[in-house]
Amino acid sequence: MRIPAGAPGARVLAFGGYQPANVVTNDDLAKTMDTNDEWIQSRVGIAERRLAGPEESEIDLAVQAGGKALAASGLDASDIDLVIVATCTMEAPIPNAAGRVAHRLGINAPGAFDINAACAGFCYALAAASSAIQTGSATHVLIVGTEKFSHWVDWTDRSTAVIFADGSGAAVVGPSDTPGIGPVVWGSAGDKSDAIVIKDRNSFLHQEGQAVFRWATTALHPVAKLACERAGVDPADLAAFVPHQANLRIIDAIARKLGAEKAVVAHDIVLAGNTSAASIPLALSRMIERGEVSSGGLALLLGFGAGLTYAGQVIEIP
Amino acid sequence: MAVTEQEILEGLGKIINEITGIPAAEVTPEKSFVDDLDIDSLSMVEIAVAAQDEFGVEIPDDQLKNLKSVKDVIGFIQA
Repeated sequence: MRIPAGAPGARVLAFGGYQPANVVTNDDLAKTMDTNDEWIQSRVGIAERRLAGPEESEIDLAVQAGGKALAASGLDASDIDLVIVATCTMEAPIPNAAGRVAHRLGINAPGAFDINAACAGFCYALAAASSAIQTGSATHVLIVGTEKFSHWVDWTDRSTAVIFADGSGAAVVGPSDTPGIGPVVWGSAGDKSDAIVIKDRNSFLHQEGQAVFRWATTALHPVAKLACERAGVDPADLAAFVPHQANLRIIDAIARKLGAEKAVVAHDIVLAGNTSAASIPLALSRMIERGEVSSGGLALLLGFGAGLTYAGQVIEIP
Repeated sequence: MAVTEQEILEGLGKIINEITGIPAAEVTPEKSFVDDLDIDSLSMVEIAVAAQDEFGVEIPDDQLKNLKSVKDVIGFIQA
């Protein structure tokens, strides 16, 4: 047996993001449940979110974001030989999402698998893509985080309905002579698996908000620091910090403890809500589009959520 | 060496100021977190976590909901 040499490194070549057309404001939600704009903005930081209708599936969302990332990368569909979809809101578990997304984008016979690491899923997928390229198992990888929470949320439960939303974000990853994706720091806390659950096929999403908040504001900044350390990057030199968009107060608490003074901190939750595996690429694609971050700068990504799972790595912004 | 009530009060004032922006001088023992200081449940979690780092006393969520005033937290940390 022999192992062919892979690429010396991998990097993100392009990002793409997509949100459904239907904007739902806090005032809209206040019409059907006991909540209000001030409460939602101060506790969670969300001003509006987008929800897909019955005609638009999590696969449709993924195809939109994946298509944008592919177009922005300048590559052809035929250049992609691996597709990874990170999602935790599939309506049905079989078939997987990756094969269908690939087919819809005209990507012929790639390796295709899904990852469920909930809100950490995109960072897991990115690590898998980077490894596949460096071990010679793939040359160009399309990774997509896609979520349609609207069919798993109880629209009478104000503790979750104001938070979770629909959306997708994608990235194309390719080979590189210099490192563009740092080592992943990943882990889990299965002892806290009850904190965020969908119990069975007839249940809605349930979250122990306070317990998750405490975990996120205490356990994650060391992960963020370690991801920087393992990449040999001083947090003070980060151009951007793009954590999973769970709650503005969690984001700011981790950012404060990380000490990334110069970094632009992603606040995409304001416009997107919590889109789980989609939130990091969705945020970063918007930051790039708006010129808030520059190509070549270093960004720390940090995913965390149900499982509980977490993963983070430093990347060079395409 | 046990910390004094005054030291805990000063430490809490500093923590609450950092997390909520409320001036430390307004954090006095008789103040209620919700009614007087307008601090919500998520900020209380952040305060509990910071207090744990500062004083080495864990305040679990099920205990936290019973601590209504600054005085209650001081008592919990001293106990």
